[in-house]
Amino acid sequence: MTTDVQTAAKPKATLPDPDINEVSKPYWDALAKGKLMFQHCRQCGNNWLPARGECPKCLESDWAWHDASGKAKLISWVVFHRAFHPAFEDRLPYNVAVVELAEGPRMITNVVIDDAEKLVIDQPLTFVPAEEQGHGIARFKPA
Amino acid sequence: MTTNLSGKSVIAGIGATKFGALPGRSTISMNVEAIRKALKDAGIEKDAVNALFVKCPTSKFELMYGQKIAEATGLQPKIGGVWDQGGASNTMMISYAVMAIEAGQCDIAVVTFADNPKTGSAASYSRPRGDDALYGWFATLSSYAMIARRHMGELGTRREDLGAVAVASRRHGAQNPNAQLRKALTLDEYMGLPPMVAPFCRDDCALVSDGAGAVVVMSAERARKMGVKKPVPILGFGHGQTSWEVAQRPDLTSTQAKVAAETAFKMAGLSRKDIDVAQIYDCFTITVLMTLEDYGFAKRGQVGDFVKGGNIEIGGQLPVNTSGGLLSETGMPGMQLIHEGVRQMRGDATLQVKGAKHCIVSNQGGVMHTHASLILGQ
Repeated sequence: MTTDVQTAAKPKATLPDPDINEVSKPYWDALAKGKLMFQHCRQCGNNWLPARGECPKCLESDWAWHDASGKAKLISWVVFHRAFHPAFEDRLPYNVAVVELAEGPRMITNVVIDDAEKLVIDQPLTFVPAEEQGHGIARFKPA
Repeated sequence: MTTNLSGKSVIAGIGATKFGALPGRSTISMNVEAIRKALKDAGIEKDAVNALFVKCPTSKFELMYGQKIAEATGLQPKIGGVWDQGGASNTMMISYAVMAIEAGQCDIAVVTFADNPKTGSAASYSRPRGDDALYGWFATLSSYAMIARRHMGELGTRREDLGAVAVASRRHGAQNPNAQLRKALTLDEYMGLPPMVAPFCRDDCALVSDGAGAVVVMSAERARKMGVKKPVPILGFGHGQTSWEVAQRPDLTSTQAKVAAETAFKMAGLSRKDIDVAQIYDCFTITVLMTLEDYGFAKRGQVGDFVKGGNIEIGGQLPVNTSGGLLSETGMPGMQLIHEGVRQMRGDATLQVKGAKHCIVSNQGGVMHTHASLILGQ
């Protein structure tokens, strides 16, 4: 067993930071303020995440950031009982989910729930702002 | 105008290293051993080879890796190089070899793969996915588990159905003297395993293995002229690319494996009921279930009924992964399935399906990003 002393002596594990570049910066800046945004194509109306320079549907680069309603549905989820990174060793079990925003984009997230095995495919969820390693992130909770 | 290449080329020889832990062996050394054995199996001299197709090791991408293998084998290929489509690469490269041969660009091709994640670094399998490390989104198996959960929720697939795949591969692998894991698994044992990344437990996942495998491809006519003893005709092939990352993929429960199989069946002029044995890429149990559905062996949502009761085991309606697949023989991405398909068509497999005339092989890469089908005959 690991004692509290050993845990305290262990250096804090650092997760890889997201690639924040010219295109994705507004997304991360908005999340830091607790706001979730997605990209909207002004040419064809397509909405998407994660950030990219061109619309993956019509390939044009004429897009704008829009605020998400925060409504989403659960596409699928997994529950980690093994940590693939030391930063998650003391969080097991934890869940990772794919959700689809009401506006269409899909994203990786965590669902805020005690027992993730009680979740159901397609159940409605709501955006919850959160923070991880100094970055704003988007979690969801059952609606 | 299109030309049907069905049966024009053959797999003339196969060769592999041992599977499992091969400490101290470089991937170049293992590739050379597999190529040497494949050439011996075909009964041809190295200098007759003028095309070399290489799948880069999964665990370490190296620039100009194809040229390193050419140098190590003393070849100056007319055509070839590295193809980067993950676990679909080997079957894809065989089909490119067939097309290149028929187009007059080369005469005899070697297709080869080696990797050493077991004694080297397996980090490529546990790295964060995309930009989502902050959410704890790590490891290849988690993406497959995500697909499996959707398949279960949307189509009613059960853990018992995933288990039937593991039980079949493990039963077959236990009887394969070359298999890395020779330990049969019962469905009860499978159901009792603790979750790793739910809904997956350990035995839903491919082995991590060192090893290499190679094949020799040439025209059927050349094989006759050169006196190749057991040429296995390539009757059909097809590819399909699903492409989207799991988080962005609009449909998680079906892939372009469907397109790959349709192309291969059309080329071969065969239907599903002509297939006697199948080698289906089983990096994870869900992959086999979805491939059987996408290939049309089971109706969508009914694959659980198809795989139960030993139906995909030796003696069943469609024996799958008769040498143990990635779950039991070796975690190598796909070449071992092609080799077992060749042995089944030659009639000298350890678990030979009696009277088998056609074998379908599936290879897939990434997280079901890429897919290739291969139909072998006699």
